[in-house]
Amino acid sequence: MSALTSLTLKAALDGLKAKSFSAVELTQAHIDAVEAARPLNAFLLETPVKALEMAVLSDARYATGTAGPLDGAPLGIKDLFATQGVRTTAASKILDPFVPPYESTVTSQLWRDGAVMLGKLNLDEFAMGSSNETSAFGPVINPWRKGGSNQALTPGGSSGGSAAAVAADLCLGATATDTGGSIRQPAAFTGTVGIKPTYGRCSRWGVVAFASSLDQAGPIAKTVEDAAILLTSMAGHDPKDSTSLNVEVPDFAAFVGNSVKGLRIGVPKEYRVDGMPPEIEKLWADGVAWLKEAGCEIVEVSLPHTKYALPAYYIVAPAEASSNLARYDGMRYGRRAQGGNLTEVYENTRAEGFGDEVKRRILIGTYVLSAGYYDAYYLKAQKVRRKIADDFDRAWERCDALLTPTAPSAAFGLGENTNDPIAMYLNDVFTVTTNLAGLPSMSVPAGLDANGLPLGLQIIGRALDEGTVFSVAGALEKAAGFRSKADKWW
Amino acid sequence: MAIDAATVRKVARLARIAEPEARIEALAQELNGIMQWIEQLAEVDTDGVEPMTSAVAATLPLRDDVVTMGGDASLVTANAPKSLDGFFVVPKVVE
Repeated sequence: MSALTSLTLKAALDGLKAKSFSAVELTQAHIDAVEAARPLNAFLLETPVKALEMAVLSDARYATGTAGPLDGAPLGIKDLFATQGVRTTAASKILDPFVPPYESTVTSQLWRDGAVMLGKLNLDEFAMGSSNETSAFGPVINPWRKGGSNQALTPGGSSGGSAAAVAADLCLGATATDTGGSIRQPAAFTGTVGIKPTYGRCSRWGVVAFASSLDQAGPIAKTVEDAAILLTSMAGHDPKDSTSLNVEVPDFAAFVGNSVKGLRIGVPKEYRVDGMPPEIEKLWADGVAWLKEAGCEIVEVSLPHTKYALPAYYIVAPAEASSNLARYDGMRYGRRAQGGNLTEVYENTRAEGFGDEVKRRILIGTYVLSAGYYDAYYLKAQKVRRKIADDFDRAWERCDALLTPTAPSAAFGLGENTNDPIAMYLNDVFTVTTNLAGLPSMSVPAGLDANGLPLGLQIIGRALDEGTVFSVAGALEKAAGFRSKADKWW
Repeated sequence: MAIDAATVRKVARLARIAEPEARIEALAQELNGIMQWIEQLAEVDTDGVEPMTSAVAATLPLRDDVVTMGGDASLVTANAPKSLDGFFVVPKVVE
């Protein structure tokens, strides 16, 4: 049945429509692949019984001609999305056990369209991390390895389980979330496609909150077209999220394959950072050449405040996280520790329940919001954030989309960056700017480095202009001809 | 604006996270490293810049003040570490 798991989402949906195979067959093939791939640690919870029940219903809808746009497609769900009646952990001990009595809006729209849930995917604890190593359930292992090496590599983070599961053909696509790069960096590290849409495109309702002004959901998929199909289902206005945008959702897949002739592509010179591997420089130059060949006009642009994006992010995100995570007090849900009085119960519950990186960020957030420091840190960061957004606005006067590398390196070894928080934070140097500005941005696999590891290019678009991003991504995907898969070792 | 051990103790108390005394020094150093790196924001001239509070300009929507979902205490307390008859059971708050 391996042929069924190697299909793209689009090909699988076409096959289901043509009745070449059933949703149950397609789902069973993926359930078997998930079981066989346990060494990757991508799934925190497998839901095979539920998956088959959903697949049976999909087959019934195909039989009666009432199938939805995703009917019978087996997907993985990042364990940050609340799923009704199915354990949701955010990869933290503090929520264990938590079984949501409600369904997140994004996942409910996927089920509305007929998708099948295979299970819940591993991530960094509360999505705080760039290597999946902060998960309370142990890290995901990247399906990719360096040529001739058995070293375990990170799949990136925080959506490492989503990226690894898609890369290893365990699911046809996965939900993910992105606060500073958590969709795009794992996509780049695993040779998959990932898009963070415009802030407000996807409802945050039912997604465990990290930093509310930055968090956005999006898909990780095998191809640009698959990502477009998934985003079309995931996006849409939701009255339950006050920051959800009340705008129409186009059929994003219709933009894939569109000509990019005449589009102006900006290349921001500030993204050429010290110590960037020459292979990434070269890949970026290749991307520029491919788009030029496809008829794009290339313009050099300047985003002068780029280097301040990460420091601003590490004020804004921890500040918002310290507020959001105040709810985990051991009273209403999750685990409760013992203590001599109420304050001790709170303090022990949070000390035992949160991992080191989450605690570190809560402490930073509490510090920058504490009396006397609010103006110096939080307000200052929000002003710098405005300047970063202004940089993009000026760039849009001269170009229609931007092309950059997704991450400053290929996947690194587990344990290589764990002792230096700032070195780990630098993974997000190219991605975090668009979270601060709220812009759509996407990673497309574009080549392999000398070790045979995948590298990604990032396309950034204007707010709500995912269409152009998908068109450019489609052109890059076609030109790059990236078809490599990780050699199966699991 | 160095973070010393006393500041770490104060912030940990504010955040309601019990940090063992043995961890305080190391945490102070870690947090100092991060805050020093953040200090580079001081280089940016932000005089007269309006702080950005949301990524996409939008007015906050209003809705009628009615119960949309809820009204089911058993569901609300289903995940509680301790509950009784639809109420949360918590440690004594007033001594």
